[in-house]
Amino acid sequence: MNSQAPSLLTGAGLGMIRGERVLFREVCVVVHAGDALLLRGANGAGKTTLLRVLAGLTRPEAGRVTRAAAHHWVGHREGLKPQETPREHLKLWTQAWGSGAETDPVLTRMGLTRPADVAGRYLSAGQRRRTALARLLLEDRPVWLLDEPYTALDADGRKLVDDLIAAHRAMGGAVIAAIHGEAGFAANGDLTL
Amino acid sequence: MSAAPILAAFRQSLVEAWARGAGALLPLGFLGGAAVLVPLGIGSDGEMLKAVGPGIIWVALALASLVTLERIFQSDAEDGTLDLWLQTGAPVSAIAAAKTLAHWLSAGLPLALFSPLLALMFQAEANTALLVNAGLYAIGSLAFFFWGGVGAALSATVRRGGLLISLIALPLYVPTAIFGALAMSGGPGSAGAPLFLAASTLFACAVAPYAMAAALRLAAD
Repeated sequence: MNSQAPSLLTGAGLGMIRGERVLFREVCVVVHAGDALLLRGANGAGKTTLLRVLAGLTRPEAGRVTRAAAHHWVGHREGLKPQETPREHLKLWTQAWGSGAETDPVLTRMGLTRPADVAGRYLSAGQRRRTALARLLLEDRPVWLLDEPYTALDADGRKLVDDLIAAHRAMGGAVIAAIHGEAGFAANGDLTL
Repeated sequence: MSAAPILAAFRQSLVEAWARGAGALLPLGFLGGAAVLVPLGIGSDGEMLKAVGPGIIWVALALASLVTLERIFQSDAEDGTLDLWLQTGAPVSAIAAAKTLAHWLSAGLPLALFSPLLALMFQAEANTALLVNAGLYAIGSLAFFFWGGVGAALSATVRRGGLLISLIALPLYVPTAIFGALAMSGGPGSAGAPLFLAASTLFACAVAPYAMAAALRLAAD
């Protein structure tokens, strides 16, 4: 971890209250280029909430988040419409982000060639997850925020996620992921909530 | 800032509106059904039907807009699309406005264009006034959709939020209903009423997107 380099994303003194319970407090998160940070904790410990705070979706009760670089968000809900095919999904977000990426190579890379034109409601959970993860490849963004990226994936899929993360870190990207169980990549930091 | 996310949101909503509930057919069926019930309820006196016709169509239009709006933001909140739209960097108000406009185009505008046919059922004479009225219905329904959109955004995370939408949106429909009905009454003050109708629609288009944006941020929070 190079502490001289400017951080890509910093969360300082983050605190969150849900209902009448303190989810977490005084949490500090810093990621630099090449970092992978794992968020750990039991169900309901606040991993997803912390990720949402870092993404700017949820306003923290205390502390502040500084985002120096663009980020990708893959939450536990895929963002795929029932009538939308993986190909249409990727086309839509290529257009929305103005990234101009080719979708066919991305579909191939994610193993979605066969179900590329199948509507979301007919896809398996793993195929939907692969479609959501495929968004990561549409545009080069330094920070990836991943909520349970392995969910519903088979062994191949998990390997694919590990490869994507490794390639992303090698290119100077950073990953913050909430993961239950074993991560298939060597993280250089973890945070238990 | 680029307009790309806003255009993409518009397109997605247009596709979604057609994929779900057959686009305009469901609200059209609702409007037709509601309008057919009225003569059955109040009798077939031609003069009376002629007098109440335009007003009945306004009411049916308002209700039909509410029927279609329930899922406009709710489905986005459920499937995680809302999170993605909130992170595009484009103003959320513009995205909300684009989605509402798409829904109006796929449901509101067809309703307005359908209205002359209903007016004929209410014994209106077939003349150009019917087309003018269709234009007024189109303008008014735009306000219905934008105010209804605020209700839909506020109830995005509420199960069976349809009733809540009605509760929030119906009071906001009042100016449109008043000026709309006045414009078609031909009575005193009806000359300026279309302008007031248009003004209240413009007001809705200007204010509602910000209210929707605030509500959607709250829904994701």
